[in-house]
Amino acid sequence: MTWEWDVIWKYFPRLLEGAWLTMELVLISGLIGIALAIPLALMRASKLPWIKALPFTYIYFFRGTPLLVQIFLVYYGASQFEVVRESFLWPVLKQPYWCAIIAFSLNTAAYSAELFRSAIQAIPVGEIEAAEAMGMSKNVQIRRIIMPRAFGIALPAYGNEVILMLKGSALASTITLLDLTGMARTIIARTYTPLEMFLAAGVVYLAISALIIALFRFMEYRFNRYQYYHHADTPADLDPQLRDPHIDQK
Amino acid sequence: MDLQGFGHLLISGTWVTIQLALSSLLVGLVFGLTGAAAKLSKNPIARWLATGYTTLVRGLPELLLVLTIYFGGSQLLMWIAGSFGYTEYIEIGPFVAGVAALSIAFGAYATEVFRMAMMEIPQGQWESGLACGMSRSRTFFRIILPQVWRLAIPGLGNLFQVLLKDTALVSVVGLNDIMRQSQVAISSTKEPFTFFMVAACIYLLLTAATTAFTMFMERAANPAARGNRG
Repeated sequence: MTWEWDVIWKYFPRLLEGAWLTMELVLISGLIGIALAIPLALMRASKLPWIKALPFTYIYFFRGTPLLVQIFLVYYGASQFEVVRESFLWPVLKQPYWCAIIAFSLNTAAYSAELFRSAIQAIPVGEIEAAEAMGMSKNVQIRRIIMPRAFGIALPAYGNEVILMLKGSALASTITLLDLTGMARTIIARTYTPLEMFLAAGVVYLAISALIIALFRFMEYRFNRYQYYHHADTPADLDPQLRDPHIDQK
Repeated sequence: MDLQGFGHLLISGTWVTIQLALSSLLVGLVFGLTGAAAKLSKNPIARWLATGYTTLVRGLPELLLVLTIYFGGSQLLMWIAGSFGYTEYIEIGPFVAGVAALSIAFGAYATEVFRMAMMEIPQGQWESGLACGMSRSRTFFRIILPQVWRLAIPGLGNLFQVLLKDTALVSVVGLNDIMRQSQVAISSTKEPFTFFMVAACIYLLLTAATTAFTMFMERAANPAARGNRG
């Protein structure tokens, strides 16, 4: 076996083109996914059983089936129906790009809805009660207290979800898209250097995950700043009347 | 729903999927336990290797792993075998490639689950094992492992669900699993939605069965929580 570095260098720019499409898919479907997940999570956290039922079924279906089935259902499945083929949606649904985005968005919406729901339910009851005591209506509570707090709580888990989405986006190559994996497969079909090309693609995937992890660390630092505060040491000669026992303990 | 006589094909595909998932689970558990042992060992090289393994594999798409092992694996194996003087052609089938890729991916996540579970066991249990005259390995298998098992089951259950869904990826390299067989059925019936929906429902049934089994295992591994209220 010979290891061909030349092939890697020669085709690396093509791989980066693929990486660009991968990131585009993750970003667009991530944003649509969040937009879908928030109402789903709010419905799922409701106490009324008939409101809970719809998101529950949706989430159960999308978390219980492989992403590959979901992509194929959108890409190949939609064409089974005459109604779809003749509707205004067909120009969108016949393109693999939009099918991948639809499937990824629906999939990540189900997973993120569960994350957001557990975050909503993890908000200390006292904070909601305090908001109620201030006379906030349910809508104002959701907008001012529940959403910002749930966002901060869900952030680390949502970072993991984005990494999983990045890994899932490799499935776009199964419906002829030239994402990072698809590009690597195309190059391999031409050069027959599977180990070299897949290794190079793997390195690019790792670099993108490292980027995502760094981004989420930074966001966590920004949005959960209260966890990173350090109190200045209390001066030893401070008037005892002014001392705060909570701060002194630390 | 009319399956037009393709039901038996889907059932045979389901059987292949189950075999693939269970084989990968078994091999993956070995990888996970080894990885966790290496991560907690005193040997810095073992720790370094295990950290490298989990970091790398958890950042790579499972599909890429499947493709690499299927298309690159025989090349790699022949190169290794060639250096020992064996020159015959070695071919890796889709099933073996699938088990290898899925168990490597499962093992990387399972390493973390086992490591967390092992860290939950108080140091005193190791010490009392030694005080009773057991060797370190005997303490591990008699005292530590049964408890690690109990702590690890919920995490492993989730990972197995992920594994079960990832088996669909092996159809890309031609394994006759549920996905592949539905595609075969579709190519002659031209009803993609019907058959992919049936495939989705089979996967839902499998994951539901896994959830039920995990809950049963959790109860079985935790006699203390069941209590004697009977």
